[in-house]
Amino acid sequence: MSAAEGQQHPISIYLWIWGLLFVLSGFSYLVDYMQLEGYLRWSLILLFMFLKAGFIVAIFMHMLWERMALITVILLPPILILFLIWFMVDEGDYTYLTRQVVFSAPDFVPEEPVHH
Amino acid sequence: MANDAASTVDETRMGSIVNDWSGDKQAFQVPWGKAMMWIFLLSDTFIFSCFLVGYMHVRISSSIPWPNPSEVFALSFGGEPIPLILIAIMTFILITSSGTMAMAVNFGYRRDKAKTVFLMFATALLGASFVGMQAFEWTKLIVEEGVRPWGNPMGAPQFGASFFMITGFHGAHVSAGVIYLAIIANRVRRGDYDKKGSYETVEIAGLYWHFVDLVWVFIFAFFYLW
Repeated sequence: MSAAEGQQHPISIYLWIWGLLFVLSGFSYLVDYMQLEGYLRWSLILLFMFLKAGFIVAIFMHMLWERMALITVILLPPILILFLIWFMVDEGDYTYLTRQVVFSAPDFVPEEPVHH
Repeated sequence: MANDAASTVDETRMGSIVNDWSGDKQAFQVPWGKAMMWIFLLSDTFIFSCFLVGYMHVRISSSIPWPNPSEVFALSFGGEPIPLILIAIMTFILITSSGTMAMAVNFGYRRDKAKTVFLMFATALLGASFVGMQAFEWTKLIVEEGVRPWGNPMGAPQFGASFFMITGFHGAHVSAGVIYLAIIANRVRRGDYDKKGSYETVEIAGLYWHFVDLVWVFIFAFFYLW
C-alpha cells in the first residue's frame, strides 16, 4: 500500500525536474548577465523564481501527491504575506517621501551617526 | 448531540476541550513527523518572509542609492570581473544538492541502503561547500569591501544589515541541515530504518533540505537580482 511505503515515483521525474531547475537558474542568471532592465527584468525574475519554487515544492517535496488537507494547511497561510508586503510597500513609500522632504529642507543639518 | 467519548470523560469546562478535540479522527494521512516538519517549515516561511519584507522596506525607503549587487558580488578570475558569478555557482551547488537529496529519498523507499547513504552524504558535502563559499563571500565583503551592518562605502547603509541578516540566517539553516543530514545518513548506514521498517525519516530530512533550497530561490531573486 502506498501510504505505508511512502512516496514512490520513477527516478526519471526527479532527473527531469533537476535539469529543469538548472535551466531556470541559468535563465535567471542570464537576466542579470544581459543587464535587462525595467518591467522585462522583473517579470522574468519573478517568473523563473515562481517556476523554480513551484517545481521544488510540488515534485521534490511531493506536495503534488499529498492530500488536500495537508496542501491547504501549508500553502494557504503564506498568502497572508501578500498583505504584509502591501502594508510595507505603502509604509516604505511614505518613509521615502518624508525623507525627501525633511532632508531637502533649507534648515536641515545632517547629524553624524554615532557608532558605539 | 451527546457522543460516547463525552459521556465517559469528565465534562468540566477544560475537560470538554479534550473531548471535542479527541474525536479519534486523524486529519493528516501522513506520518506525524512529516506533518510536524511541514508545520515547522511553514513557521520558518514566515520568519524568512519577515526578513525579506523588512529588507524590501528599508530598500524602498532609502533615499541613498542601494549598492548594485551585480557589481558588489562580481568576482574576477585574473581577467574582467564576472558579475554575480560566485552567487550563480552557489545557486547551482544548492540545486545539485536538492537533486541528490530527492534521489536519496527515492532510493530509501526502494530499500537501497548503499545508494541512500551515498546520496545523503553527497548532499551534506555539497551543503558544506555552499557554506564554505558563503564564508568566502562574507570575508571578501567585510575585509575587502568594508561592508558593515551599519554602513558601507558603496551606498545605503542598510545594505550590510539586510545582507548579513538574511544570508546569515539562511547559512545557519544550511549548516544545521548538513549536521542533520549527516546524523540521519549515519542512522541509515547503521540499518536503523531497516529495523524500523520505514524510511520516512529520510523523506522528512529531505523536506527540510528542499526548503533550504527553496528559500535560496527567493533570496537569489530578491537580494541578488533586484
